[in-house]
Amino acid sequence: MLNKYPLWKYIMVILVIAVCALYASPNLYGEDHAVQISAGRNAVVDLGLMDKVSEHLDEAGIAVKNVQMEDDQLLIRVTDGDDQLSARDSLAALLGSDYVVALNLAPAAPTWLQDIGGTPMKLGLDLRGGVHFLMEVDMNAAITRAQEQMVDDFRNSLREERLRYRRVEQQGDKVEVQFRDQETLEQAIRFLSTNNPDLEIEDIGEQTLAANLSEQRQREIQEYALKQNITIMRNRVNQLGVAEPVIQRQGADRIVVQLPGIQDTARAKEILNATATLQFRLVDLDHDVRDAVDGRVPPGSQLLMDRNGQPQLLQKQVMLTGDHIIDANSSFDEYGRPQVNIDLDSEGGSKMSRSTKDNIGKPMATVFIEYKPSGKTDENGKIIFDKHEEVINVATIQARLGNSFRITGIDSPAEAQNLSLLLRAGALVAPIQIVEERTVGPSLGQENIDLGMQAIVWGLILILVFMVAYYKKFGLVANAALVINLVMIVGVMSMIPGATLTLPGMAGIVLTVGMAVDANVLIFERIREEIRDGRSPQQAIHHGYDSALSTIADANITTLIAAVILFAVGTGPVKGFSITLAIGILTSMFTAIVGTRAIVNAVWGGKRLNKLSI
Amino acid sequence: MRLFKFDQEIPFMSMRMPAMILSGLLVIGSIVSLAVNQLNWGLDFTGGTVIEVGYEGPADLSQIRNQMQQADFGDAVVQTFGSSSDVLIRLAPREGVKAATMGDQVMVALRSDGQQVDMRRIEFVGPQVGEELTEQGGLAMLVALICILMYVAMRFEWRFGVGAVAALAHDVILTLGLFSILQLEFDLTVLAALLAVIGYSLNDTIVVMDRIRENFRKLRKGGPEEVINWSLTQTFNRTVITSLTTILVLLALFFKGGALIHGFATALLMGVIIGTYSSIYVASSISLAMGISKEDLMPPEVEKEGADQDPLL
Repeated sequence: MLNKYPLWKYIMVILVIAVCALYASPNLYGEDHAVQISAGRNAVVDLGLMDKVSEHLDEAGIAVKNVQMEDDQLLIRVTDGDDQLSARDSLAALLGSDYVVALNLAPAAPTWLQDIGGTPMKLGLDLRGGVHFLMEVDMNAAITRAQEQMVDDFRNSLREERLRYRRVEQQGDKVEVQFRDQETLEQAIRFLSTNNPDLEIEDIGEQTLAANLSEQRQREIQEYALKQNITIMRNRVNQLGVAEPVIQRQGADRIVVQLPGIQDTARAKEILNATATLQFRLVDLDHDVRDAVDGRVPPGSQLLMDRNGQPQLLQKQVMLTGDHIIDANSSFDEYGRPQVNIDLDSEGGSKMSRSTKDNIGKPMATVFIEYKPSGKTDENGKIIFDKHEEVINVATIQARLGNSFRITGIDSPAEAQNLSLLLRAGALVAPIQIVEERTVGPSLGQENIDLGMQAIVWGLILILVFMVAYYKKFGLVANAALVINLVMIVGVMSMIPGATLTLPGMAGIVLTVGMAVDANVLIFERIREEIRDGRSPQQAIHHGYDSALSTIADANITTLIAAVILFAVGTGPVKGFSITLAIGILTSMFTAIVGTRAIVNAVWGGKRLNKLSI
Repeated sequence: MRLFKFDQEIPFMSMRMPAMILSGLLVIGSIVSLAVNQLNWGLDFTGGTVIEVGYEGPADLSQIRNQMQQADFGDAVVQTFGSSSDVLIRLAPREGVKAATMGDQVMVALRSDGQQVDMRRIEFVGPQVGEELTEQGGLAMLVALICILMYVAMRFEWRFGVGAVAALAHDVILTLGLFSILQLEFDLTVLAALLAVIGYSLNDTIVVMDRIRENFRKLRKGGPEEVINWSLTQTFNRTVITSLTTILVLLALFFKGGALIHGFATALLMGVIIGTYSSIYVASSISLAMGISKEDLMPPEVEKEGADQDPLL
């Protein structure tokens, strides 16, 4: 018999729609205002904390919906935005710097729904407000830094091998080492090549060798710099206390940072943009500072200024860099002066202990290095960074230093706090620069949602009315498919973890609503044609669906190609649009071909018909 | 209900010469306008800063311009956006990262006279990002066209592929031309819309071509011109209805979607209208001019339903 689906097909259609509807449903519940507490380095989130927090909020008179513990985080749901803000402030004051207290929105869907992974669609920043930064990592600086390291390494290892050199210095993108004679040069080349397989070393005449990082090594360094910077960004964002931040790599040298709910861009930028590291170096006591000021700086040393403008002559060799710092916090010393306490990792600890062992009684300088944009750009339009080096403190090494020690001589408590925050979050391997910044106010976000929803509803109503007027009962079938299609798009968007709904994404949904009926129009027009050609209604339905199938497939696959290319090449709004467009095409093909056929078969199939309402 | 009733084929193709001339002129006009007026590139492409602020009452634009002047932002373009209390301020890109903090400086300047100003949106885009986007956008368009050409050539016939791609290029150029003539702002959402136009117009073109192929195989008599006419007649109802429903929702987007999505809706509206015309005239006229014939589209000896693939040549 014509136009009858087997039972399993009906079940499949219903099942697919039911699953999509189920996963679309969390969007109906909306979200609760919440405060999220996560533990810092020296703290844990436990039941005790939960009681303490509940009690405190009770006393403060803030009504709490519920308090929940999940994945080492405490989630406190409150009734509205005002309560949320006061809860955040009062909890931040209570818990101090050991905990990160952040504003959050928690899905209000029932727990069983959340247990099976039902979460609402993620909203883009344009819909919920927040800051978006696109940052570029200065890859040249990463390479330069590696070369500086190379200079140090060469000095040390050549000295240890007793290969006497005249000079080691950085020349352009190479490191050059000059020797006294050809023989030492050859020995050095042999020695350095075997120990440094990723260097390209060549003899450039005049008893000089030039070493360059191999291309592979350079790529590795850049890759590392980017990854390291992403990790550090993540740490810093955690320090800011933002719920659900997005920190992603984009392309070869860019990082996207999205901070939902943040409006204070100045502070965010200050923290994110700072590139700072510390170096600990010995003061050069063998030479006279005054000579250096007059321009006779000895080759192994460097002249730097301290905060008071006094010159300091330091050894170039670095005892320890900020990379080994695992924790830092600010406090006051016994005289009430600000200080920064530093904890090192084990490697840093042993390095420090080794280099301070022989130098007890000698002065050690702490150098603060910061990369700041110079305001100038190079020929490629990239911003040139100036390296600012400053001696923040010179102290006499009293004893052999170990894993933890402190830095004093800092001007203000605020500065000590800022420095400790930067050190704790880790130093950026290479300087970064904000190349794009977008901030959307929360009220505008809500307005965008409202306008988008209005457009969707209006578009839908217009089409529903038109289709019924034009195709009568079959129009109703198409309308059912259209509504189901919308539910499916929302369901699929909610199911895919990476999919984010943006304003252009909403526009994509509107467009899909308009185009989704196309498949049905094609089928229905075919059926009408078949009837005009004198076929019976049942045959007309059958042939109508069959012959429209390949047309629909071809037409949609080509649109899908466009959507996929959009997704691959596009960024930001283009990507958001392409996701909904692609999902919309797929779901509309399903609903228009399989879905409407199921309804048509169930209603009209298997009967003797004389006339169709089409 | 039926929009059009046809008992006979409509001689679409007899009008193809005037249509080709019209299209040709429009394309040349668009290219000339693109060369002379160029596009009014939006922030995404030029780089710079856009700040949208909300005042409680109607905003005093000259006062705001004064404030900007005093804060050393004399080059700022100040205009209302959507309503009289919403103001959009645009600043050209400046050297150095100072641009990134420009938003904060502007807000300070605007609040200097104690007015309640609500920051609604700040966007700063570096000039390099814009440059890359222009390249990427062009590349996306090109890759999309090539992929589509390949798909259509494989599924149908290379002459159709050329016709389809020519129609798409026609639509894109005309839409761009309209944006250039009307000096509407061309931003990233408009680029997305343009790629959607490609998808939409292609959808239309494929439906027509599909019918032409079917009719070539089914109709015993009649030359290519009649077959194409007949196919266009048969699909005309569908073409018009689909365009109509799409235009209906685009109108909803245009009027209800808000100012941010305006450019997107405008581009799509233009594109859909142009695309509807081009799927009727441009694609089939070009295929016809290149000498598409019955033999090109005869099915291979054995045909399986659903999995039919024509040989490439």
